[in-house]
Amino acid sequence: MNSGSNVQFLQGNEACALGAIEAGVRFFGGYPITPATEIAEVMARELPKIGGVFVQFEDEIASMGAVIGASVAGTKAMTATSGPGFSLKQENIGYAIHVQIPCVVINVMRGGPSTGLPTLPSQSDVMQARWGTHGDHPTIALSPHSVRECFDLTVRAVNLSERFRIPVIVLSDAIIGHVREKVVIPKGEELTLVERKKPTVDPEDYKPFKDDGTGIPPMANLGEDYLFHITSNNYDDEGFPATNDHEIAERRIKSLYNKIERYRNEIDDVDLFMVEDAKVVIVAYGSTARSARRAVMMAREEGIKAGLFRLRTIWPFPYDHLRAVAESANHLLLTEMNMSQLDSEIRSATHGLETKLYGLHQSNGMLITPKQIYDSIKGMV
Amino acid sequence: MKRSNYYKYLRTHKLPHIWCPGCGHGIILGAALRAMDELDLDPYRTVAVTGIGCSARTNAIMHCNTIQTTHGRSLTFASGIKMARPDLTVLLFIGDGDGAAIGGNHLIHAARRNVDLTTILLNNSIYGMTGGQYSPLTPNQKKASTSPYGNLEKDFDICKLADAAGASYVARGIAHDPRHLSKLIRGGIEHKGFSFIEGISHCPTYYGRKNKLSSPFDIMRWVKERSTRVKPETFNFSQDMDGVIPVGVLSHRNIPEFTEEYRKLVEQLQKGEET
Repeated sequence: MNSGSNVQFLQGNEACALGAIEAGVRFFGGYPITPATEIAEVMARELPKIGGVFVQFEDEIASMGAVIGASVAGTKAMTATSGPGFSLKQENIGYAIHVQIPCVVINVMRGGPSTGLPTLPSQSDVMQARWGTHGDHPTIALSPHSVRECFDLTVRAVNLSERFRIPVIVLSDAIIGHVREKVVIPKGEELTLVERKKPTVDPEDYKPFKDDGTGIPPMANLGEDYLFHITSNNYDDEGFPATNDHEIAERRIKSLYNKIERYRNEIDDVDLFMVEDAKVVIVAYGSTARSARRAVMMAREEGIKAGLFRLRTIWPFPYDHLRAVAESANHLLLTEMNMSQLDSEIRSATHGLETKLYGLHQSNGMLITPKQIYDSIKGMV
Repeated sequence: MKRSNYYKYLRTHKLPHIWCPGCGHGIILGAALRAMDELDLDPYRTVAVTGIGCSARTNAIMHCNTIQTTHGRSLTFASGIKMARPDLTVLLFIGDGDGAAIGGNHLIHAARRNVDLTTILLNNSIYGMTGGQYSPLTPNQKKASTSPYGNLEKDFDICKLADAAGASYVARGIAHDPRHLSKLIRGGIEHKGFSFIEGISHCPTYYGRKNKLSSPFDIMRWVKERSTRVKPETFNFSQDMDGVIPVGVLSHRNIPEFTEEYRKLVEQLQKGEET
């Protein structure tokens, strides 16, 4: 890293750390795990210089808990991990979703299950990002496909978390995390940063979870002029346990879902490459999308009308966007480094269409190559 | 002695509490509230953090910032709060299952880091909320719903663990003597560093009933008769107490506190000094 210049030669992990700092993250709770450790190392070096806090905790659970605590205290907070650590963090991620505490979790995916393939790339935590923690809950998960996007999507993750009071997950992978690319890092003033909405009512009237009409309750920080209670139980608008009230329980769980569904236009994010006239559409994300883009160009050279539908926001899944593209395509190819985790989402999005569905999946720690995808396209047409 | 006005630290509109009749937890909370009153803590600058279980029910009725977290993880949340806002006073109320079993690792490391947190462990020797299962602090041979033939696991001294892990203030008090316990908690809040206070509570409903101590009076007397006051100057964790429970400040040392050390590092770096 060459500090001071906007043009840098960086790893994806380093770009995540720089993006977090630019987005205003001033607390990082870390725990060592390959292939995510560089994020913690950069934060350990940089945060104290700017008055932020880096602490390496005793385990992945503690780092997640501390991140939530720091966020309640008013600090933008983040952690980073990989599969086994992501599993351990799930309990506290669920807590943060439930009590609506903004924070960011970066998961640099490696092959699983269990210790699996330390530390070869994988995309097999996509469903864990969606349903890793227990109970009904919404999720926002983003997926970068380049070093520059590691920076951009980390900034976006921080912004979305503050805007919607929810943990946002960045699903990087061992390739994106470790690849080095020349990147132009945007200057601070070029970035739009989002801060959590603060209450404006009199402290006596403050109800920390009362809907103000936007679906996203204003959030007071600890140590300001508002007192509040937070509980892991189902809670009423004042934040106190309401465990025997079905009406409150229903309203609470629906409000968690609705605050995301209502603002899908701000959250959905897909990158379309040559899909306008495409008869063959590839659906991909993260490092696999790099190969897919190359395969599209190879197919185009052969006169095959191929295109790429790339997910930058994976969760919530952009069903409508995919359906719009799939309607005019004859073939749809889902390719991921896992055993086809997004298959049912693709089927839901294209239900009733005549588009033929195909899959190219590989879960052996190897990147899916442009040639493999190109061969699949040839096989379809 | 000044009459305590600890009601100002209660959300009286959230009363009554949910503890069983005869439970010791209210006495220990009362002792903590008296300590808060004596120190005149500002509720807006005070955070009370809990985990899961009967102990976790202390803070919803407290008038200050209150956060009930996940099982055993309260020390991790509290560490994040204190590290982000060192100016806040952070108190924890944890249980014996919550703090010594599922959260045991966090206790070791919060103590080792010497973060300025005051942790009160309410020890009722049992998992009460789930119906009376044995915890690491259930004495050997005592009965619980999951040790119906008597607990095979050895007695465990959680204060000894906290001291060995690096807690810079360790004390133990009993519900039978709330004024003394209040003094111990006050000492913990005043101490700069990780303070650990074990408050010996009692659970007549589950622990008592299964162990022929179902009267709250009997169970409190049982504890009282087995405890003895000690002083940190003369007390030593390795001494053989022959089954007697040492009560009082057990150890107290002034060592660098984590958030203070971190602040110094930030100042050094910002001045461009070598570290």
